[in-house]
Amino acid sequence: MEHSLLTNALIYLAAAVVAVPLAKRLGLGAVLGYLLAGMAIGPWGLKLIGDVEDILHFSEFGVVLLLFLIGLELEPDRLWSLRRQIFGWGMAQVLLVAAALFGAALLVGIDWRVALIASLGLSLSSTAIALATLGERNLMQTPAGQAGFALLLFQDIAAIPMIALVPVLGVAVADSAGPHGWQNAARLAAVIAGVVVGGRYLVRPALRIIAKAGMREIFTAFALLLVIAISLLMQWVGLSMALGAFMAGVLLADSEYRHALETDLEPFKGLLLGLFFIAVGMSVDFGVFLSKPLLILGLVLGFLAIKLAVLFLLSFRFGIARGQRWLFAFLLSQGGEFAFVVFGAAATARVFAPETGSMLVAVVALSMVSTPLLLLFHDKVLEPRYRGQNKREADAIEDNEGHVIIAGFGRFGQIIGRLLNANRVKLTILDHDPDQIELLRRFGFKVFYGDATRVDLLTAAGAAKARALVLAIDDIDDSLALADAVRENFPELPILARARNVTHLYQLMDRGVTVIERETFESALQLGRRVLGQLGFGAYRAREATLKFREHNKNSVDAVYPFYKDREQYVSMAKRARDELNEMFARDLKNIDNETDKGWD
Amino acid sequence: MPNHRILVLYAHPAPHRSRINRRLAEAARSLDGVLLHDLYETYPDFFIDVAREQALAEQAELIVFLHPVRWYGMPSLLKEWVDAVLQPGWAYGPGATALRGKGYLLAVTTGSPEQTYAAGERHGHPFEAFLPPFRQTAALCGMRWLAPHILHGANSLDDAAVDAHVAAFRARLLAHLEGRHDGA
Repeated sequence: MEHSLLTNALIYLAAAVVAVPLAKRLGLGAVLGYLLAGMAIGPWGLKLIGDVEDILHFSEFGVVLLLFLIGLELEPDRLWSLRRQIFGWGMAQVLLVAAALFGAALLVGIDWRVALIASLGLSLSSTAIALATLGERNLMQTPAGQAGFALLLFQDIAAIPMIALVPVLGVAVADSAGPHGWQNAARLAAVIAGVVVGGRYLVRPALRIIAKAGMREIFTAFALLLVIAISLLMQWVGLSMALGAFMAGVLLADSEYRHALETDLEPFKGLLLGLFFIAVGMSVDFGVFLSKPLLILGLVLGFLAIKLAVLFLLSFRFGIARGQRWLFAFLLSQGGEFAFVVFGAAATARVFAPETGSMLVAVVALSMVSTPLLLLFHDKVLEPRYRGQNKREADAIEDNEGHVIIAGFGRFGQIIGRLLNANRVKLTILDHDPDQIELLRRFGFKVFYGDATRVDLLTAAGAAKARALVLAIDDIDDSLALADAVRENFPELPILARARNVTHLYQLMDRGVTVIERETFESALQLGRRVLGQLGFGAYRAREATLKFREHNKNSVDAVYPFYKDREQYVSMAKRARDELNEMFARDLKNIDNETDKGWD
Repeated sequence: MPNHRILVLYAHPAPHRSRINRRLAEAARSLDGVLLHDLYETYPDFFIDVAREQALAEQAELIVFLHPVRWYGMPSLLKEWVDAVLQPGWAYGPGATALRGKGYLLAVTTGSPEQTYAAGERHGHPFEAFLPPFRQTAALCGMRWLAPHILHGANSLDDAAVDAHVAAFRARLLAHLEGRHDGA
């Protein structure tokens, strides 16, 4: 059947729109929804789509965008501070998993070359599945999330020598027509240097010029152009596209257009990742599976058992809290996108027979399908058990009556919590960092683990009987989501909120929150007051001046609020913030000192 | 704990604009045995360390309130000091002996000239009429009321008159330190 681009798009979008909400409804998660949609429309389902290979390749760009966006969140300094995790832990994970699989394969009498390629390929996990899940569950900042991210990053690097190794083991060592080793290395170095220098001195000014032009779609086009160009460049020098995009993201992490790039690329990333999962679903070869179902199921189970065991043991070494160890193992248990590439290369180099190749691909695809199921098992069976002791406490609702809920117990929430605790206010704390939680429990706090934006968690935490909710989450999106959830489900519960910045303050005001403190404002004022003292202002005069400015600034923020509502079409959030700041500076200068010298002796 | 015999509680909300009280404070500060305690500098947030203040007061033989008169009374932080520090059982009431027998000196300035403090004038009463709350506070605590050190018309005074007033204040503190109990 001949298909035009639009008919194909129609099929993909319809499948996604039907399958994903359905899967979410059933509690299966979005990833499984896409995979099932892919199976349904693929060659073994309704046969609506034929050329799976091309789609798989095209949609891999979703993974590239994902890594670019993750890079944007990671400034070079932070990346550098993660080097031990990336190279130490990453190396340990790849080598130990590969060694365990290799040993098992040799034991059952598989040829050592096939075993080597298969075990190396299977040691890699799916960046798309693992990172999408980490993001969906807001676990990126937890130890499990950090370790998972470091391992995935290392795997992206490790895949390159693996792919290079395949032809060496092959029967037909087809000497690559590319340039010689040193030439290749020189080209690699030149391109990386070019990206680093260009990122700083060409891309940023270009972004500025385009943002000034005020045409949003051109800004989006440039963002896509940037990522595609860097990816192709990286592929040309033999690096993985995803790794290259990640590098480019890191280079732009401290740029003022970071948020604008994020918001513009986000929908593309989402759709392409979805397409990628659909393609994986389509590529599950049920023909191979049906010919040897028991063998393949056995391989999948054996593979998962070995990989899970190694990951679980490693999680102790990585300092992951008790409650997250299985989650961490499940997240990274599946075979990854790179396995397809490695096995494809191996089949081409005739390291193993085509049947072996397609069998291994089927194993990887099925293992990818297993991940959402394992996570479901984790949520429904393991996590409630881990929360067991805590659950019992929560049931004593009398005890929970008249309490204050603090959502987010990092540096900010902790201070509030300790102040309230010192004044014998009953507290319930919601946070998603297990390390923090274990510490707090030891001090007798009632702590709930999990994403505070989930209504069921709020209900479990006794939101219906609480006197107030302190919204101290540091993530702006989560903070707003929680404010929405509380407004909708517990309209009587007063919200007292921490704002990260003025825009966030306005967004909270949009949601009817009235008690809001900007997180840095008061402490900056206090230090400013100390500066005045240092300059010879008396302590009381410095206090007066500070309070006066504080009042003035609060009035200005209120006065600028209607302005902000008119400006939502701005090219970048950074620009909007700068305009608001300009407005405030202009108002500050009108704050003239109208003291007189009369009346004091 | 400072080794002082006279505690001067100095309360001026805007010392950078003061012409006279600042000099009175400097004069007191320069004397050995006098603790010049700048309340607005120490407690700009009005959060007073009561135990520390009581210890400082217990140590002194003479307590001086040094401030400009604001609305016929003391500046708000000094009032806060009185409210917080002069506790029952310590300053007054059964068994309270902490301040008993100590001298109490009120050293104040007014912006208006003395003649405006009279019946039918701007302030309606002689200045003495505004002193009973101070006097009774001292009495309730068992302190000896000393003749107040008052300067009227601070807004319009010439430098020579200011110099003379500061010198007289210094002399009264010095006399106390040297044991010449001339009623100061």
